[in-house]
Amino acid sequence: MLADLLEFDFLRQTFMTGLLIGIIAPLLGTFIVVRRLSLIADALSHVTLAGIAFGLFLEKRYALVMIPPIYSGLLFSVVGSIFIEKLRSVYKSYQEIAIPIILSGGVGLSVIFIALADGFNTELMNYLFGSASAVSKADFITIFTITIFVVLIITFLYKELFTLSFDEEHSKVSGIHSKQIHLLFIILTALVIAASIQIVGVLLVSALMTLPVAASMRIARGFKQMMFLAIAFGELAVMIGLISGYYLNIPPGGTIVVVSIIILLIAIGYKKVNVTKLGAVE
Amino acid sequence: MNQDTIITLRNINYSIEKKNVLHDVNFELPKGAFVGLLGPNGGGKTTLTKIILGMLKPTSGNVTLFNKPLEEFNDWTKIGFVSQKSNSFNREFPATVYEVVSTGLTSKVGYFKFFNRYDKEKILQAIDAVGMNEYTRENIGKLSGGQQQRVFIARALVSEPELLILDEPTVGVDSENVQRFYELLHDLNQNKGITLLLITHDTGTMTKYASNVACLNKTLHFHGKPEEYEKLTEREISKFYGHPVNIVSHDH
Repeated sequence: MLADLLEFDFLRQTFMTGLLIGIIAPLLGTFIVVRRLSLIADALSHVTLAGIAFGLFLEKRYALVMIPPIYSGLLFSVVGSIFIEKLRSVYKSYQEIAIPIILSGGVGLSVIFIALADGFNTELMNYLFGSASAVSKADFITIFTITIFVVLIITFLYKELFTLSFDEEHSKVSGIHSKQIHLLFIILTALVIAASIQIVGVLLVSALMTLPVAASMRIARGFKQMMFLAIAFGELAVMIGLISGYYLNIPPGGTIVVVSIIILLIAIGYKKVNVTKLGAVE
Repeated sequence: MNQDTIITLRNINYSIEKKNVLHDVNFELPKGAFVGLLGPNGGGKTTLTKIILGMLKPTSGNVTLFNKPLEEFNDWTKIGFVSQKSNSFNREFPATVYEVVSTGLTSKVGYFKFFNRYDKEKILQAIDAVGMNEYTRENIGKLSGGQQQRVFIARALVSEPELLILDEPTVGVDSENVQRFYELLHDLNQNKGITLLLITHDTGTMTKYASNVACLNKTLHFHGKPEEYEKLTEREISKFYGHPVNIVSHDH
């Protein structure tokens, strides 16, 4: 791929898109994991699938090529995220019930749109498991814009997001607008998921948000360090996963997740070795 | 109304499903005081705290904070709060002591702004004030219960509040550290001029340090000096507790 990378524009775009989502997925993932929202990423990715299926359906039925499926995916994902927030405030003490509702709703809609669009095709497969060749120039620009937006918001609201994640009650007492910030955060999550689906696919997008964080959590000291380490792990997984996926002719979603799991196992092993070492000294 | 009153509660009633939790509570917290609010479990201590902080609306009655009605009060950085829950936070949360204390400044610094050098200095000073500077870069989860509670005090102190409200801060802290903890509070009160409202059921140690003691069980049963409180007979105390109590000091 490295040699081909220099030669083919579309591959360079894919690789750069991979690097972008390698930043934003673990970046948001850090907050998602500590707020125990990991499953929300899964629910939203399935809603995004419904949006993509809707886009493909429009394309097929009415030849509406003006709307690339990433946009209908984005739209569904953002609307789904707002629904999750509503449901979570309706079922205050059973907030996790929002997840199966949104997840099954997303799958249900997907099934309907896929059937209406005359069933599975390779394009849909690309969205399910990710693809190393599916990124168009327009998609790349969209994902680039999302990356800039997400990084800016997280940078400028970092201290509020961190304060809220650490202790929601305390931040409310201190006068932080927790509701609004939380809504903004969940919309950012929806954007990142829709952006990531191009490379890792619907079924595995939550893995890229959570696995690098799970690995860095074992090693890092403090939250900021954990965040940067998670991004480093995410980038590593995306690079190795994309290149090996390209050469082995496997959808990169699979290879990226397997690399992430290997990183996670190494992190857990590293911690174990260190703990025993320390134990021996004491 | 006295100009130097920080909290004024007038005829506070609070009931859930017709059950009276608080009945006609009247209370004043003067500036510079160190008041211990005592009472049995279920006596409404935490409810009253939540009412003061605007987290619960009283069924009737008025709350005044810093001479402003609660509805108009918005300068929350004047108030530091250490809740009972601080003790049961997620122990594995990956944050350093420095990071935890910095969250106390978030609201004061304001949206879209970063901590500047001066803020960072304040964070370090607050950590120093509670004697935790050795642990600045340690993960909070690695500390003992007493050390964690000091960190939460630092978080409340970092915004330089004039009033510190502590709800059962010594739960889960061993007795030796409870003593040190009260000395820290005493120091903050005497030398930094911070007004303290301490909610606790730990009578023994608290009465040594507090300037006033108030007893709450649905309504205020006693409000006076610790010496007067200690003179109360067992009978009078059990009357407000609703059952006989043993007023042996809790020191071990």
